[in-house]
Amino acid sequence: MSSDSSAARPPAREPFRLPLHWLGAAPFAIFVLLFLIMPTMRIVIGAFQTPEGSFTLENIRGLFTTSILSAYWISIKISIASALLGCLIGFAVAAAAVLGGLPKWIRGPLLTFSGVASNFAGVPLAFAFLATLGPVGLLTVFLKTQVGIDLRALGFNILSFWGLTVTYLFFQIPLMILIITPALDGLKREWREAAQILGATNAQYWRMVAFPILLPSFLGTLALLFANAFGAVATAIALTGSSLNIVPILLFAQIRGDVLGNPHLGYALAFGMIVVTGIANTIYIWLRARSERWLK
Amino acid sequence: MSFLNLTSIQKSFGPVQVVKDFNMAIEKGEFVSFLGPSGCGKTTVLRMIAGFETPSGGTITINGKSQANLRPNQRNIGMVFQAYALFPNMNVAENVAFGLKVAGRPKAEIDQRVKEMLGLIKLDHLADRYPYQMSGGQQQRVALARALAPKPQVLLLDEPLSALDAKIRVSLREEIRMIQQQLGITTVFVTHDQEEALSISDRIVVMNAGKADQIGAPAEIYNRPATRFVANFVGTLNLIEAKVVDPASNRVSIGDQGVTLREPLGAVKAGDTISLALRPEAGSIAPDAKGDTALTGEVISSNFLGSVIRTRMKVGPSVISFDMFNSPGLVPPAVGETATLRFTATDLLIIRD
Amino acid sequence: MKKFWAWGALIFGLLYFILPLVGMTNFSLKMRRGVYSLDAYAVVLGDPRFQETFTYSILMALATIVFGVLLVVPTAYWVRLKLPGLRPYIEFVTLLPLVIPAIVIVFGYIRLYNTSSWLPLTGTTTGTNILLMFGYATLALPYMYRSVDTGLRSIDIATLTEAAQSLGAGWTTILAKIILPNVLVAVLSGAFLTFAIVIGEFTMAALLNRPAFGPYMQLLGANRAYEPAALAVMSFALTWGCLGLIQLVSRFQKGAQSPA
Repeated sequence: MSSDSSAARPPAREPFRLPLHWLGAAPFAIFVLLFLIMPTMRIVIGAFQTPEGSFTLENIRGLFTTSILSAYWISIKISIASALLGCLIGFAVAAAAVLGGLPKWIRGPLLTFSGVASNFAGVPLAFAFLATLGPVGLLTVFLKTQVGIDLRALGFNILSFWGLTVTYLFFQIPLMILIITPALDGLKREWREAAQILGATNAQYWRMVAFPILLPSFLGTLALLFANAFGAVATAIALTGSSLNIVPILLFAQIRGDVLGNPHLGYALAFGMIVVTGIANTIYIWLRARSERWLK
Repeated sequence: MSFLNLTSIQKSFGPVQVVKDFNMAIEKGEFVSFLGPSGCGKTTVLRMIAGFETPSGGTITINGKSQANLRPNQRNIGMVFQAYALFPNMNVAENVAFGLKVAGRPKAEIDQRVKEMLGLIKLDHLADRYPYQMSGGQQQRVALARALAPKPQVLLLDEPLSALDAKIRVSLREEIRMIQQQLGITTVFVTHDQEEALSISDRIVVMNAGKADQIGAPAEIYNRPATRFVANFVGTLNLIEAKVVDPASNRVSIGDQGVTLREPLGAVKAGDTISLALRPEAGSIAPDAKGDTALTGEVISSNFLGSVIRTRMKVGPSVISFDMFNSPGLVPPAVGETATLRFTATDLLIIRD
Repeated sequence: MKKFWAWGALIFGLLYFILPLVGMTNFSLKMRRGVYSLDAYAVVLGDPRFQETFTYSILMALATIVFGVLLVVPTAYWVRLKLPGLRPYIEFVTLLPLVIPAIVIVFGYIRLYNTSSWLPLTGTTTGTNILLMFGYATLALPYMYRSVDTGLRSIDIATLTEAAQSLGAGWTTILAKIILPNVLVAVLSGAFLTFAIVIGEFTMAALLNRPAFGPYMQLLGANRAYEPAALAVMSFALTWGCLGLIQLVSRFQKGAQSPA
């Protein structure tokens, strides 16, 4: 490295400056490597290793048992259901606020509230829904005693597929509102007017212009919400304990104490999660780039 | 009755009246510009023709038919917006085809018409491009083709050039005028740029504070501004203060120099102050300059502007600017020199408002 | 008609969010039979385990924020100033924690840093605490980095840096006295969000066996009826508080800038 005396001769310092540039990013790079990349790689590699360290596909093959496959299947179903419903309802609410002719002041509080609600996940969210839709929850009791609808008799159980989906929606809908509101704002008034003056009806405008423009954001957010639900552990565990056979709960139990009988099956389980959320997020990034390109 | 009639049009947004009693009759095939500063109501009038705004009062008829109960999509009007407003999810051909598609025209006809339109704007080779892959000028030409494709009865242009850079602006406005004349389509063009309006219009409406100050051919607007506002807004103009000496013989004085006007002075009496207007290009200080009227004063500045030299001269209480064409042998007058400006008395206009 | 549907959608949305909140609040007040009381809150607040875990999580949150700021601010600054070509990659990396579920990351930690590894962090309590803090910093990375990077975008860091250098400031001075104050609002937004995330985090703390607030809530939820609802109300209030503070500081910034 250059000594202080070289400062008097600036040209001589030039060759030494380049590596110093890169050093500035080194702490971050080391941190990310140690606590994000390497742990993930360890899982990915472990999924293809025997306990002795040699290459194998046995772990991956081990995923294809009835109970694990059904765990993935339920997880994926819950994630799709909550993402799809979250997108639709979130879209309806955002569209109501942006395009529905509601008073302007509604937007600010709506977005703030969405910011809070989308972060209100995990254990307390589960408690809130238990207190509302659980066996002695506020709504359950109200519907039973005042309206005469017995949710239990109708087959609804908070500790089930639909119970979890309804709970996840509490953070999925606001997340959709947060993401889709800017996209709705991005619909220029001129597009609607141009379509109208060219003879299009309102329905034609929506079908041929607005909807196709929003579609990438819509599908992209769908993928994001899917990944969001798929990786959610805390809400599921706090809500259902271990009564629902979904992947995050299975993996949680596996890490706590080897419930699968093969430690490396846990790696494969986690690897499967990365693959699923990875695919969902790749779709998200790809679609988002597309819609941003259009709206530039 | 004219093709497009605007009769006593009024528009208020809440307590603010943005258009006050606007009247205009546009002939078939005519190119009319609405010229005025921002906020003068020109765009609002255009949007009322399109049907995006409902007049608070007055009637709009196109081809003898009242537009009052027609929604924008029932009016058969083409419109080009300032911000292009091409549909970002469609390529050029799809954008141009949109109006025909929603009208349910057969596919063969649509293809034929799209081809024709792209030929008209000379962008045949870009049919598959998306808006984000094109320059502003190209996008605006596509927007024009899209507006014209369904054969509208009227074409509305809402400041279509103001988002473009200077060079494209000039070439595109010439193209717009050429296409308009070729198709013979009745066109209303909104702009705040006087040069634009002067160069492509059959007639210009100069708008000020929600009213039409003057309606006329470009030369008429430029040479004979009816109001002080028009005189100021259209081109550069000297406003000269003059004192009436003898109303009967049209004698006035500028500073201490007497001038005889050609226009009758009207109802003024001796000693009144009136405003006169003179275009900078109307006079010359060259020794061989022609003109029946002369004003002498002291040169206070002389600026070289390329093709012309603009000189400012003090005459009595007023400062008069005038332009001389640049030529290699020309020696501009020096500051402090005394110069005599000669011009024809008919160029001196009386501003009454 | 359009308005009718708009109001309908909005009211449905509102009901969806308000009912669970009302439900949990109502439930939390019903510990004493027949009357509304704050008993559940008293029990929770009086529970030494609550105090311990809550304090632990607050300390962890603060440590995470300090570490996150020290890691993210200089990096984001340096990358913007000297390594702009690296930005897309860094941005991608900072978004990874949204893609890789937390449970997978912590699983990796357990396998990578166990007692028999080259860096046996989980071997000691302090080591595990540090590892958990790093885990939280990883979870908060997307929010923290984005927030700070957006803040840096709005100021001309190159000119500010050159101006400071020409006046004789060193890198530490530039970062601490020039850059940090200018992106303080962005840093604070990131910090409050980090706080909200860490305080209720369950998965990492549970799997690393640390006595944090999230696992405590879960444990209480499995064994009690009314106390969890009280905890949920408090958590929600805390989240509101954090996000309210973000709104407040950003409004404060707007207020501070407008007279200029």
